[in-house]
Amino acid sequence: MGHHLDALVDAAATGDGVSLDGFSVVHDDAGFRLETPDSTLSGLTEGGLREALADCDDYATNWYFWSEVVGESSPQRRAFLRWVEGASVDAGGDGDGDEAGGDNDVDGDNDAASVPERYDALRDGVSREWGQLLVTVTVDDHGERSYELRHADEADADRDDLDPYHEPLAARQLATYDEKGRYRPLKTGNNLAGGWVFPDLDGRDLVETVETFYPASVPNWYRERRGELDVAHWEDAIGRQTGMYSVVKTWNRGDGHEHVNWVAEACCDDSQCVKRREWQYDDETDLDVDGGDGAFPCREPCSVVIAASRKWTRLEGEETQTYEFELTPSEKEQVEDIIEAVADDRTDDIREADVYEGANRYRARFLRAKLFDDESNLGGVPTDASDDE
Amino acid sequence: MQALVIVAHGSHLNPDSSAPTYDHADTVREVGAFDEVRTGFWKEEPSIREVLRTVEADEVYVVPLFISEGYFTEQVIPRELRLEGWDVADWDSDGLSASHVTLTATDVPEKTIHYCGPVGTHAAMTDVLVRRAETVTGDPNVGEGFGLAVVGHGTERNENSAKAIEYHADRIREMDRFDEVQALYMDEEPEVDDVTDYFDSEDVVVVPLFIADGFHTQEDIPEDMGLTDDYRTGYDVPAEVDGHRLWYAGAVGTEGLMADVVLERAADAGADIGNSLEVVRERTRKTPQEAN
Repeated sequence: MGHHLDALVDAAATGDGVSLDGFSVVHDDAGFRLETPDSTLSGLTEGGLREALADCDDYATNWYFWSEVVGESSPQRRAFLRWVEGASVDAGGDGDGDEAGGDNDVDGDNDAASVPERYDALRDGVSREWGQLLVTVTVDDHGERSYELRHADEADADRDDLDPYHEPLAARQLATYDEKGRYRPLKTGNNLAGGWVFPDLDGRDLVETVETFYPASVPNWYRERRGELDVAHWEDAIGRQTGMYSVVKTWNRGDGHEHVNWVAEACCDDSQCVKRREWQYDDETDLDVDGGDGAFPCREPCSVVIAASRKWTRLEGEETQTYEFELTPSEKEQVEDIIEAVADDRTDDIREADVYEGANRYRARFLRAKLFDDESNLGGVPTDASDDE
Repeated sequence: MQALVIVAHGSHLNPDSSAPTYDHADTVREVGAFDEVRTGFWKEEPSIREVLRTVEADEVYVVPLFISEGYFTEQVIPRELRLEGWDVADWDSDGLSASHVTLTATDVPEKTIHYCGPVGTHAAMTDVLVRRAETVTGDPNVGEGFGLAVVGHGTERNENSAKAIEYHADRIREMDRFDEVQALYMDEEPEVDDVTDYFDSEDVVVVPLFIADGFHTQEDIPEDMGLTDDYRTGYDVPAEVDGHRLWYAGAVGTEGLMADVVLERAADAGADIGNSLEVVRERTRKTPQEAN
């Protein structure tokens, strides 16, 4: 206890003094001058300053934490940690007067609370969601922050009911499989499994852990706040593809961007991916589909989107055909139910004997038994017309 | 501050694809040779496009976890990293000799990027193939009475792929440690299907020069060699085939000593790695050393 005061007094006595979050201490010919939003004291001796600081210890430990513990070595880590606890985030911008820089405040935390208000909240714990992650920061009597990380759906779970982890890289395994044990190809897929907690991380390890769950999410969020996010729209992103993915370029035939709307609706919806899609069709053409409400941005079509689009490029190159076979109204609806259930990943939730669900297994098997021929042709109609006869 | 960035292919379908990348990154991280160790992937995250912005250090060594020089090391990775002024001619390579080139990247203009050649063509990779043979046989002195087959994809897409196989097979042959050494391929002669035709030795260690286990190393090659009729039922190590005992090692890239090659690549490019090479060589050894 008290080493933060030594550091503060030392820093105040040199150069421009210290200044942070409405608190400043400078040294001039008359002695030390201490300012907070509530009071100003000047002409203080070092002893007087120490006495005065004892009355505004939250300011002093706040300065110590941000200046000496977190520091400036990684501006994006600092910005993220300040955002987590609701402190003003000086993303700074590029300093060249670019209007987007520094004021790109998506969260409205320009109205940040004063240090004493923030500390009151921090003593109880301040929580923020980041994708499916929930970060909760608390402060102790020395101003030291502790960060807890868990699945956002388990906000109210008893910590003792969750498996504790302490190493940031443990997140790698937690992020590899979904609740059903299936491989997650997309780290930001909206299917992160729960059951775990990182109960006590420091700021550096918190960011490492968050970045292990959601790689590059913090740097991209930081760049966005500075107005410097390098968004690569659909046209740019597929334009640079080579090799097996260069074929996706041929999907664009100058006839609108409806196909990309479908891609975004299929892959990028909040129900599928926690990133907020910022890429559009091109610089001038926005997609008609909402980009979502994610805390951090998606700056270009990801590899999953590109790989799927390669398949769609081939599929969408086909001409439509007219097939003739008959369905009862309920059978048509059942086909629709099955597509809905697969698209919403609900098939495992449909109970075995729930024959009221169109996508129920027995219902689907009945439909197959009735409507498929020996070659699995729906309605007995060959897919390729030339196969007929 | 110096950082190591390992870039690899990764997979949308199979978690085993990136597993070796993470393992080797962890090994390097544990020896503390770099202030930061990061990974980036073509098919996973962070993408190669975004990996440099996850790095704090100003000196960055990028090592591709790929087997040969070709499409990925020459086109995809430099493009995705946004290496400024990249020209494959700067590597001045004969297909095996790419070492490193120092450039900047438009994504992180304040950093210096040392872009290294792939691990698969480094001389140290030969030692990993031998270490793999030791691991799969459980014998740190394996060699006498044994044949060794190095298996590659072949030239279907990239002629440098076969060069790397030949290069390491030649180097192992020169060690005079195994009775016989043979390069084999999946899609050209001499084919891995006929492995037993190429060896007189009863015992043959078969090591695929692949970065990760996947479709080729776990399904194709075991079935092609006759280790099993159906990969899903698994196979024995060693397995009896045509009067030979085949010790099938799986992808060499999963061998712990691969971390050594990653370090060698970065060191060749100027990274200060202290005595990490010796530490990694010992830590990744799985076979018991002789008492003396």
